[in-house]
Amino acid sequence: MRKILVTLLFLFFGTSAFADCNIKSGSINILANDFPALRTFVETSKQCKGSADFKVTHSSEHNKIAVPALTANPSEFSARIAANSSIVPLMNQDLIRPLDDLVKKYGKGIQDSQLITIDGKVMAVAFMANTQHLYYREDILKDMGIAVPKTYEEVVAASEKIRASGKMQHPYAAAYKAGWNLAEEFVNMFIGHGGEFFKSGSAEPNINNAKGVATLNMLKKLSELSNPDYLTHDSEAIKVEWESGNVALMTLWASRSGTLLDDEGDPNITEATKLAGPATVGGGNIPAATLWWDGFTLAKNRSDADADATFRALAHAASNKKMVADAADQAVWLVEGFVPGPKSIGVIEAVKMKAKPYPMLPQMGLMHGALGSEIVEFLQGKESAEQALKDVEAAYISKAKEQGFL
Amino acid sequence: MPNKTFFWFFLPTGLAMILFIGLPIISTGIQSFYAQHDQIVKEVKKCDPFGCTVSIVVDNEETSKIREAKPLGKFNGFGTYTDRNHLAVDEIKKFWNETESINAFIDQVTNLPFYKALIFTLTYCLFVTPNVLLLGFIIALSLNAVARKIRGPLIFGTILPMIVTPLVGSLVLFWMIDSQGIIGANIQNLMNDPYLSLKSSKTLTWITIIIYGIWHHSPFAFVVFYAALQTVPQEPVEAAIIDGASRFQRIKHIVLPHIYPVVTFVALISLMDNFRVFEPIIGFSAEGSAQSLSWLIYDNLVNEEVILFGSAAATSIMTIVGIAILLAPVLIRTWKEFRIAR
Repeated sequence: MRKILVTLLFLFFGTSAFADCNIKSGSINILANDFPALRTFVETSKQCKGSADFKVTHSSEHNKIAVPALTANPSEFSARIAANSSIVPLMNQDLIRPLDDLVKKYGKGIQDSQLITIDGKVMAVAFMANTQHLYYREDILKDMGIAVPKTYEEVVAASEKIRASGKMQHPYAAAYKAGWNLAEEFVNMFIGHGGEFFKSGSAEPNINNAKGVATLNMLKKLSELSNPDYLTHDSEAIKVEWESGNVALMTLWASRSGTLLDDEGDPNITEATKLAGPATVGGGNIPAATLWWDGFTLAKNRSDADADATFRALAHAASNKKMVADAADQAVWLVEGFVPGPKSIGVIEAVKMKAKPYPMLPQMGLMHGALGSEIVEFLQGKESAEQALKDVEAAYISKAKEQGFL
Repeated sequence: MPNKTFFWFFLPTGLAMILFIGLPIISTGIQSFYAQHDQIVKEVKKCDPFGCTVSIVVDNEETSKIREAKPLGKFNGFGTYTDRNHLAVDEIKKFWNETESINAFIDQVTNLPFYKALIFTLTYCLFVTPNVLLLGFIIALSLNAVARKIRGPLIFGTILPMIVTPLVGSLVLFWMIDSQGIIGANIQNLMNDPYLSLKSSKTLTWITIIIYGIWHHSPFAFVVFYAALQTVPQEPVEAAIIDGASRFQRIKHIVLPHIYPVVTFVALISLMDNFRVFEPIIGFSAEGSAQSLSWLIYDNLVNEEVILFGSAAATSIMTIVGIAILLAPVLIRTWKEFRIAR
């Protein structure tokens, strides 16, 4: 049924929406991550490609391709769909072009709030928002008489209660896979504690303090309530855990809610799956979560004609009211005309609670990398929190020195 | 073969080796002595859908000027080699002065990423290589003894682990040892511990990877040994049988000395292979508990959004040096034998 609907939608699309962009030349080649909302976005932009050449690469390995592919001249891709963190290496290497002229010329439908401006120049156009927030099993919490947790302390208490009841052995799940995912959980929790990663105005690390220790201790408590294999679980793996009914509370990306709430899998679990805002931690007001945007950037090393064509096609999607209405449950669109549905609760709550965006700093990638490998031994119980944080700072400093930040 | 003929015979291979192996290694070596220029950053206003903040960005105009003048980067000498993420010379000196017992010192040193990786890599080599040789030899001997009719299918079955792509092979085992997989769940039942996880325990992860390594590499040793066994002359073996030598004695005194050069060859190749262990770490998602030198290089190149060319190059060069040191005894011995034979 769904497939038929989708096909019908595309048929309908195919006959409409051509009128507004009239691209005559140029070639469009897009590099993007691979999840449903981005596929919808790129498909929508394809509808107005006119006579331009249109190619797209959807890959979950996009981060590894982006810098080398855009460094070439002419670059392989004319556009890259990036996020807060992945725009930074492109900016560091000066690989993307300012979009002011194009926005002025073709960006009629784009709202000002969608523009990512750096030093007064538009560097990207955002079209969706994302964050990590809580998912809970309504049936289990009701049975046990537990209120929906609002803080991570409550998450721990609730999980302990569920475990004690014998209903589930590992009631909590989050993507704790060593590397990027684990580091991201640290970033969330550290920000929730009100931490700042760097001493103000410099690239000196600033995590070996009481807030860092509190962050690690909370991560450890949560990991003890998770499946013992947690260090190998990414978002996809915990989604599978959830759908097998092994988990009652989970921290996961908002962009994954669509696949959790679709028709596949056990209907009882799907029905009992409910979304809540991100939790706070340690008595703080702001949630232990980071806000993310996804937006498009244009490669610098491409001809003006290509940039023109690419911008017009992507701007068509980034201002498409029909797309956001039809795909309302795929993402929290930042595009005008989007009416948030039940699947966008997480992001909306996060914004209301004044969650902070993921830090868009040139050296943040190095910190993220150092966190991903150096805090593992603490979670395994092999070293103290202070030692782990000391290791993170030392690993970061070496890398930052090599990169010229310190 | 006269030297002149050999020269012309070897020339195309030699050229290709210089072009595709020699030059890249030289370039890696040069790269390892350089670090990025000092980043010139400036404070700017950044606005996104969630609001505006003042923070820093890299000043591209200034940076590109410096880059054009010196495209290789800032000369760093052995700076990258000796920093904390590699040989950590300063840190080790500090630990030596600060720690009171040898154990505490070793604890501190093995906490450094390079030494952590080196220890895993060496442990892996140390356990996998001899076991591969032994297992390969035993399989070759047994297969050599079975009836010719069923030998073909048996050989095929035996080399399967080598045919299976390493990543697929390790993934299959990865799912089996999952706490809900067939091996993982059974071990939990057997030990009566629902929190036992093969993947979260460092020791168990190491053991899993080592067993996988033996499973994957044995067929190679087997194939070479099996081929070598076909060349063992029958007369001395028959003579030994008449003299009343047991099977074990025949293997020890006739077969092994005969295939000895082949054993050296297999040992060399598998030492080299094992020192570069990489795929199982990715396949088992074991980055948390087991890191090898090759994994460090991979991590520097792709795991972070900023690519650390200098670090990756330095680790690569040290891996090459490591392999050379490991192979040195075997190579020296082979060279001596070669001199005697002449």
